[in-house]
Amino acid sequence: MSARRLAIRQPDEFSISAKAKKEIEKWVAKYPDGRQRSALIPALWIVQKDGDGWLPEKALRLVGDMLGMAYIRVYEVATFYTMFNLKPVGTHYVQLCGTTPCWLRGSDDLKAMLKRKIGPQNTLSEDGKLSWLEVECLGSCANAPMVQISNSESDHYYEDLTAESLENVLDGLVAGKEPKPGSQSGRHTSEPEGGALTLKGHAPYHTTKMVQLPNADKKAKLNYYEWDPKERRATRGGWVDPELKASRDPKKRGDNVGKDLSEGLVDEEPFAGKPARASKTAPERMTKDETEARAKQKKDIQLLYEDGPTDGPKDDLKKIKGIGPAFERDLNEKGVYYYRQIGAWKAADIKQVEETVKKFPGRIKRDGWVKQAKDLDRDLKAAEKKAAKKKPADKKKTAKKTAAKKGKA
Amino acid sequence: MANLLQDKDRIFTNLYGLQDWSLDAARDRGAWLGTSAILAQGRDWIIDQVKSSGLRGRGGAGFPTGLKWSFMPKEVGVRPHYLVVNADESEPGSCKDRDMLRHEPHLLIEGCLVASFAMQAHACYIYVRGEYIQERQRLQAAIDEAYAAGLVGKNACGSGWDFDIYMHHGAGAYICGEETALLESLEGKKGQPRLKPPFPAGAGLYGCPTTVNNVESIAVVPTILRRGVEWWTQFGRDNNKGTKVFSISGHVNKPCNVEESLSIPMKKLIETYAGGVRGGWDNLKCVIPGGSSVPLLPKEICDTVLMDFDALRENQSGLGTAAMIVMDKSTDVVKAIARISYFYKHESCGQCTPCREGTGWMWRVMERMVRGEAETSEIDMLLDVTKQVEGHTICALGDAAAWPIQGLIRHFRHEIEERIDNYRVNKPVFVEAAE
Repeated sequence: MSARRLAIRQPDEFSISAKAKKEIEKWVAKYPDGRQRSALIPALWIVQKDGDGWLPEKALRLVGDMLGMAYIRVYEVATFYTMFNLKPVGTHYVQLCGTTPCWLRGSDDLKAMLKRKIGPQNTLSEDGKLSWLEVECLGSCANAPMVQISNSESDHYYEDLTAESLENVLDGLVAGKEPKPGSQSGRHTSEPEGGALTLKGHAPYHTTKMVQLPNADKKAKLNYYEWDPKERRATRGGWVDPELKASRDPKKRGDNVGKDLSEGLVDEEPFAGKPARASKTAPERMTKDETEARAKQKKDIQLLYEDGPTDGPKDDLKKIKGIGPAFERDLNEKGVYYYRQIGAWKAADIKQVEETVKKFPGRIKRDGWVKQAKDLDRDLKAAEKKAAKKKPADKKKTAKKTAAKKGKA
Repeated sequence: MANLLQDKDRIFTNLYGLQDWSLDAARDRGAWLGTSAILAQGRDWIIDQVKSSGLRGRGGAGFPTGLKWSFMPKEVGVRPHYLVVNADESEPGSCKDRDMLRHEPHLLIEGCLVASFAMQAHACYIYVRGEYIQERQRLQAAIDEAYAAGLVGKNACGSGWDFDIYMHHGAGAYICGEETALLESLEGKKGQPRLKPPFPAGAGLYGCPTTVNNVESIAVVPTILRRGVEWWTQFGRDNNKGTKVFSISGHVNKPCNVEESLSIPMKKLIETYAGGVRGGWDNLKCVIPGGSSVPLLPKEICDTVLMDFDALRENQSGLGTAAMIVMDKSTDVVKAIARISYFYKHESCGQCTPCREGTGWMWRVMERMVRGEAETSEIDMLLDVTKQVEGHTICALGDAAAWPIQGLIRHFRHEIEERIDNYRVNKPVFVEAAE
């Protein structure tokens, strides 16, 4: 058990960036309602990274307030987990693994070097840029000995070290360079030195074709997902034999020119069981008549009703932010009664309105009247549609049927 | 003995990250193939298949995975079910989960879906150890990819099952690899293990039925189902079936991770993949075969022992996480074990007295033994204390701290005695002044 306490000298102020705050909120959303406490460890980590790499008491209180927790519960966690630094650390904080696997491969040499270069553990170097600590196994034993170096940018592992290569890494970091993380002896990752003995060449090493699930109880219908590299998402389709697939490639097709190769490749019901998330039903295509009708309707929106609100009851323009009773009166006087009128304004119209009313120069644009009006108009129409929902739905169905008939004919 | 495992039979075909980790490449390698067909078979079929495959947990204890899953309540009651994946890999010597997280994240995510479906869990948390910062960013990126492709999320893989998967991380505490400590930590508390019973399958995360599995146990499941139990059971001896990722570290010429069949002879494994022991096999002193918490084995046993759960148990050790720490003749083995004792002293959570006090006591005595500054009788006293710590704590950390010392005394007692004698040679023995 390691006894860890808060630092004696604490800063007077502590605050975190908006970005960190947002990040913490993202974490809180991962857990069920009322369990926001689960986000405590990630939150403390975010705050530590956001600050100077250590947690003053103010930071702990801040996190406690954010998550609605008693401060003592936050202290408990911060003092228990060793990745939370309770005292200031160097700009580049070196954590040296000294556990047996690393010790066997020479972590003592690294330790001696760090002692000489930086000083005793947990103290800052003269320039304040470095500090180090011997920690327990960091889980990179096949690449021993190793260190983890944390700074505001990253927390990289540096592996397969010698005292010299570690010194080079440190010198590079202090000089503001970015030494290559990972193995320092030229290995890729955890493969044996000198190149992997297995898993060479290119995967897959066995054919991934699976016609029937082995030992299946029910006759499995194999309509699993297939990765569509073009769309960069999985799409539903029957099993496509890789050879057949290759034969669809015109370059490799050869003998197959002119043959219908689609047989057996096409899923009969391509949309059966399509997941809700992966698919978004495309809007039905409008016929030419409908497009024209809609265009006409758009054109027909009258910009000004000079004879008063002749097209149904007038809309409550005060709902638009920026329009009060006085402005509404002015607008009504000039013949503007409906959201859709304002929604249809273009730059020229706005200029014209401003010139005639002369009371609110620039205000229309600043408050975004046009967009607001569009939204209000849409809501209004949606409400109307809802009220008369049944009939149009029936109509649509019959229209579809007739269209299908026409297509067949 | 069987031949070496071939690449075509390896599950983690991108173990070294020589290829791309992302979804397109993972699919090329066979991940996410036929997942919906697997789910369509139903949860009983999945659990039966995993049971009959004989898959034993890869996290250390070797508990049968299918059996563990079947402990979950059959029907979902008021409380939801959870799957928690233990990626808090901190056992000295093991570094296999890290490679899976950073190079094969999609196998893990797919396994989470299959396992959660089998246990009727709608949510899964993957608890990654705090220091694996690049790895958890990689995992999160892979999860996002899977969401975007509709493989997880609402109606995952078109199965009609809604499944959410979250990445969570710790902050550097070895004890959080213990399943109930992990759950405590996931709830935002100190990682102190809970008393069992109730077991997590009854009351786990947030008091709800929960199963905690190791990364490797979960990640191999889809491939087992896909390629069939017959394929899986052709590797390894009875009761020790399948393939396993071994980590080889310490005094070998080429330390590495490698996936091999269980029950491969230790000598063959080290000589084939790790370039042999430094200075030749005869230069071997001992091997810790399963991560720091299992007792070490001297060369005589290493010559012939097979790497599986039962063979190592027969030799009073264990497979653990299959992380071999190799030591050659130049090693000060007493110091190596003393360093492990320090590790357990540092990582004890402080909840149970035998462990909190015992680990520190054992470490201090071990440090004296390293110098030889002890009485010969103290060796037996130390052994006695390890027996008193073992089995008298809530979790297995007390056992894990005791076993390496027991192994040392069992096989290298002569070395400690020799050291004590040498220390005494030029020192006066303390004699009480006669009055």
